[in-house]
Amino acid sequence: MKNKKIKTESERKPSIWVYPIALLLFLFVWQGLVLLLKLPAFILPSPQQVWMRLGVAIRDGSLARHLLATLTEVLSGLFFGILTASLLGYLLSKSKVLENILSPFLVASQAVPVAAIAPLLIIWFGSGVMSKILICSLTVFFPVLVNTLVGLHAVPDSMRDLMRTLHATRWQTLRYLELPAALPILLGGMRVGATLSVIGAVVGELAGADKGLGFLINVGRGQYDTALVFVAVLTLVLLAICLYGIVLLLEKRLLRWQEVK
Amino acid sequence: MNEQSFAFHLNAVSKNFPEKEGELEALENVSLEVPPEQFLCVLGPSGSGKSTLLRLLAGLLKPSSGEILFPGNEQPSVGLVFQQANLMPWRDVWANISLPLELRAVEPQEIERRVTEMIELVGLQEFQHAWSATLSGGMAQRVAIARALIQDPDLLLLDEPFGALDAITRERMGTELLHIWEKRRKTVVLVTHSISEALLLSDRVVVLTRRPGTVCLDLLNDLPRPRSDETRYDPHFVQLSRTLRASIEQ
Ligand SMILES: Nc1ncnc2c1ncn2[C@@H]1O[C@H](COP(=O)(O)OP(=O)(O)OP(=O)(O)O)[C@@H](O)[C@H]1O
Ligand SMILES: [Mg+2]
Repeated sequence: MKNKKIKTESERKPSIWVYPIALLLFLFVWQGLVLLLKLPAFILPSPQQVWMRLGVAIRDGSLARHLLATLTEVLSGLFFGILTASLLGYLLSKSKVLENILSPFLVASQAVPVAAIAPLLIIWFGSGVMSKILICSLTVFFPVLVNTLVGLHAVPDSMRDLMRTLHATRWQTLRYLELPAALPILLGGMRVGATLSVIGAVVGELAGADKGLGFLINVGRGQYDTALVFVAVLTLVLLAICLYGIVLLLEKRLLRWQEVK
Repeated sequence: MNEQSFAFHLNAVSKNFPEKEGELEALENVSLEVPPEQFLCVLGPSGSGKSTLLRLLAGLLKPSSGEILFPGNEQPSVGLVFQQANLMPWRDVWANISLPLELRAVEPQEIERRVTEMIELVGLQEFQHAWSATLSGGMAQRVAIARALIQDPDLLLLDEPFGALDAITRERMGTELLHIWEKRRKTVVLVTHSISEALLLSDRVVVLTRRPGTVCLDLLNDLPRPRSDETRYDPHFVQLSRTLRASIEQ
């Protein structure tokens, strides 16, 4: 019984060696394709070419500059998206009337693809950072809002009764009951939101920008500098993974009590 | 002058819940005067409004008609214990018990002192830093009782607190509750389905009828204390439990 459990556990959690091995395999296949197909560098650059291009982009400071721009957009978008979505979610959960009035609009707004309205937002708010932050916030907004609502609904009524018999104020109920009870679901929403925010920033930058990793992709494409496109894409992947990892760490730290179950 | 002679006084209290068609009468015309420090047990078939009665006393519901009087005309502080322990899984045993004091912004040293004392009272010293999800049903219910008692409430309300426990644990918890009650005299209202539990613990037993709940028997339980397992074989115990059974089943 016990042995079996340990076995399934170790099967589920791969050892850390899996990641470098997978990476090596990926590079190997990539290099193999380049050698086999003999494609020109502007269609498929080799790993070394991308590596060298990365070195150039780091040395001339362009990678850092564009990464910083994208990071600013992603983080500000996350901040405002989560802030407004969780505030609105809290208000909606407190007022049935408000929920009934607003939910058709919210569902409709969710049906609008952000990529489609990104150009509009750029027309209205310019091609600077502002419009990208707005796009990021919009992509983050809906999943966080839904998770806030679901999380607050999951608070057991019996615990609300308990807080009422203890004469807890609204603020205390939020701090001591609703927030911790909804946190697992809320953090789930943030985890999704973190990666969506990266997508939002790139969509915005591709639609029109003067800096950022999405802009770098456009530059690389325009100059047939495909190695640069690769550099930008890989940086974006790394960024998304880092953000996802940070939320995971946050979950591990804040939800220690869930591990006992 | 007469004001302090009761812990609470229900005066022709009725409670209706709105339904799709018309209203559901949960309690009808319940009158009950309970003196301070009395241990009252409430018996009755399912749906007779026992939980509703406790929720009214806790101030979670307002009566549809009639009134509930308390000394000084203000809602007394209550400790409420549910059938499920209802602990916060993100808090350990210690923090679950300290919650009522934290909400009242009691000084940290004072919290420390009272929680330690309370943990000793319910015998959970070894488990004070365990997460609540790891506790057995009996231990969890002890934490819930400690949490209800920590703020020294005027009224202790227990809604089938031992209903989810096995028979042995249940009896032991009953005895422990009696010990606690003897140390810290309070007015207690305990809802239970068990006639023997009611007779072993209470000063008085009230039986509610099937819906709508009305008081059909108000029985003074004069079995001498301290009571033990032997009390069950006392002829008077047998007679009282026969009376109770008859009134519940009628
Ligand atoms: N909030 C509510 N809204 C509507 N009806 C309710 C509500 N609370 C209780 N009732 C109804 O009132 C009646 C009495 O319920 P209550 O929970 O007080 O019974 P009970 O004696 O505690 O039953 P049990 O022994 O099963 O716990 C039931 O018919 C129940 O459906
Ligand atoms: Mg009940």
